[in-house]
Amino acid sequence: MAARLQEGSNVFVSRLLPRDNWFVSGHRACQGCGEALAVRMIHQVLGRNTMVASATGCMEIISSSYPDTAWSIPWIHVAFENAAAVASGVETGLRMLMQKGKIPSRRITVVGMAGDGGTADIGLQALSGALERGHDMIYVCYDNEAYMNTGIQRSSSTPYGASTTTSPAGRQSIGQQTWKKNLPMIAAAHGVPYVATVNPSYPMDLVRKVERARSIRGPKYLHVYACCPTGWRLAPELAVAIGRLAVQTGVFPMYEIVDGVLRMTVQPEKLRPLKDYLKPQGRFRHLDDDTIARMEQRLHQEYQKLLRREGLQL
Amino acid sequence: MEKRIGLETSIAVAEAVGLCDADVVAAYPITPQTHIVEHLSELVADGKLEAAFVPVESEHSAMSVCCGTAATGARTFTATSSQGLALMHEIVFIASAMRLPIVMTVANRALSAPISIWNDHSDIMAERDVGWVQIFAENAQEALDLTIWAFRLAEDRRVSLPVMVNFDGFILTHTIEPVLMPDREMVQAFLPPFQPLQRLDVDNPITMGPVGIPDIYPETRYAHQQVLAAAYGPITETLEEFARHFGRSYYPVETYRADDAEILLVTMGALGQTAMEVVDARRRRGEKVGLVRLRLWRPFPFAALARVLDGARVVGVIDRAVSVGGPVGPVASEIKAAGYGASRQPPIMNFIVGLGGRDVPTDDFELMFDRLGQVAAGGRVGEPVFVGLRE
Repeated sequence: MAARLQEGSNVFVSRLLPRDNWFVSGHRACQGCGEALAVRMIHQVLGRNTMVASATGCMEIISSSYPDTAWSIPWIHVAFENAAAVASGVETGLRMLMQKGKIPSRRITVVGMAGDGGTADIGLQALSGALERGHDMIYVCYDNEAYMNTGIQRSSSTPYGASTTTSPAGRQSIGQQTWKKNLPMIAAAHGVPYVATVNPSYPMDLVRKVERARSIRGPKYLHVYACCPTGWRLAPELAVAIGRLAVQTGVFPMYEIVDGVLRMTVQPEKLRPLKDYLKPQGRFRHLDDDTIARMEQRLHQEYQKLLRREGLQL
Repeated sequence: MEKRIGLETSIAVAEAVGLCDADVVAAYPITPQTHIVEHLSELVADGKLEAAFVPVESEHSAMSVCCGTAATGARTFTATSSQGLALMHEIVFIASAMRLPIVMTVANRALSAPISIWNDHSDIMAERDVGWVQIFAENAQEALDLTIWAFRLAEDRRVSLPVMVNFDGFILTHTIEPVLMPDREMVQAFLPPFQPLQRLDVDNPITMGPVGIPDIYPETRYAHQQVLAAAYGPITETLEEFARHFGRSYYPVETYRADDAEILLVTMGALGQTAMEVVDARRRRGEKVGLVRLRLWRPFPFAALARVLDGARVVGVIDRAVSVGGPVGPVASEIKAAGYGASRQPPIMNFIVGLGGRDVPTDDFELMFDRLGQVAAGGRVGEPVFVGLRE
């Protein structure tokens, strides 16, 4: 259904998603939380036969404060760095119980989810292990580009130049001084059948990718653009617009890697100036034109590199 | 039917897990635990055990996978030692607080530094407060039996807690002993299918591992303390039931020639076997010495131990770990606490032995009994004695 619709077509998106919500309202996310938006949409697509293993972080805090829960599907949280391992366990447990006839056989989608800190930093080992072992699960990284739950500390997924509470901009520093770790490519290097970047500002693309991920057996990795108005010093009402700008400027390229072959899924004809993306965000306010030019140069190099790889076996 | 065979303790334990029809084994290699999981992976590879063997990338993930599998209602086993146990520590805490009935063998080994692959109890003593049932085996038969029993207890709905079965690395793991190996029918008669209190189920969705705000957190910790303390009843009941099924009896606290003993020595783990020989020799010389083997470490068997120690003129407690900066070793500390405030408390002398695989020959026990004899005759207890220490 959704896959046939073109991105940008003038259709009210929420009507295209299944009506049932599995991550329901009443949770404690900030206004304009891109992660909450993406979580809701992804689970609308995945539906009721889904189980989630969540890492410690914003999503666990906002959705599971006992005795309340925003989850109307089975959900488990164990610790910070092990969402991929717990999801491996859930998948393995279900598989063995079905194989031994102890529970009815049916297709259940197992999802492991964590933020960028829980994926790129402290959880990278568990993720690598789970991808390498080939568990039938979807791992979703909600990338809001810093440790937002603990108060906006930098992660290895924080973009160059961003000011965070542990990479503050100052007289001697432009803020984050390292380039963002490329997690989707790290995941793809494991040779998993499906890797995709996902952005809730592009719901048609999101629906199609999540449906595709669900249809494939084996480990799938989704890297989700999750804007954080609180941590990015961004007006909450710009949450969806900033996701569009991220794609239009080339900051967050939209692609999927199916059995090792890369394909761009949303591709602007011409990239907009990086400044358009940086300007609404307080975390980049301190950057001067020279720095931005340098960032833009590298951004375009990386983007071209990606385009050159399109259609090739990675 | 039971078959009498010679088996390495590790293989006996792996066979026991197989007889229990575990659904999942998730483990990471670490000496001296490796033979257990190697043999389990063989049982799976040969189709003798219908289970998933998850070869995880660390012990931290081993326990994390176990949490996930146990949450679905799968019978789950893992094994580790030393650094591996220390690495999984974070998740060990969570597994019990989430009431996930995992069974884990700990092949006890020293902790670094300096790195040592050999046996002592440093690893398990660092896990004292993790909220698991913790029990010790002294020989291959006990290790095998207590592994089978551990599943039964863990999955008992009154308990629903994970269980650690400890036995001494190398001293037991790599030792071949004769064991009576039960058959699958006997184990099935003792161990019913796992029916979890709650499980991840798409038809009855639950949220597991939520946030506990200050309004609720103390109550959850209190509940955990209550359920582990109350597990003592089911522990003794299921051990009695084990005895009815298999004819071998185990108790939280066991004694050897202790009834009329004036001098008692408390051990935990494989040392008990050597100690019994020395007790026999001293008894032949007319000395009223006896042995107390502490089998259950958590929940700590306060009442049973108090009954056993009552009447002794002096008690020696062996520790296989050091509580650095503490007053005495962890076992002695617990036993002193158990007796504190009692009307009659015998003096308690602490011996620290066998660290990092240092052999504990009968001579060391002779020395310990000699020292205890001096205290019984009015001598001073003094500081913990590091037996056999080279100075």
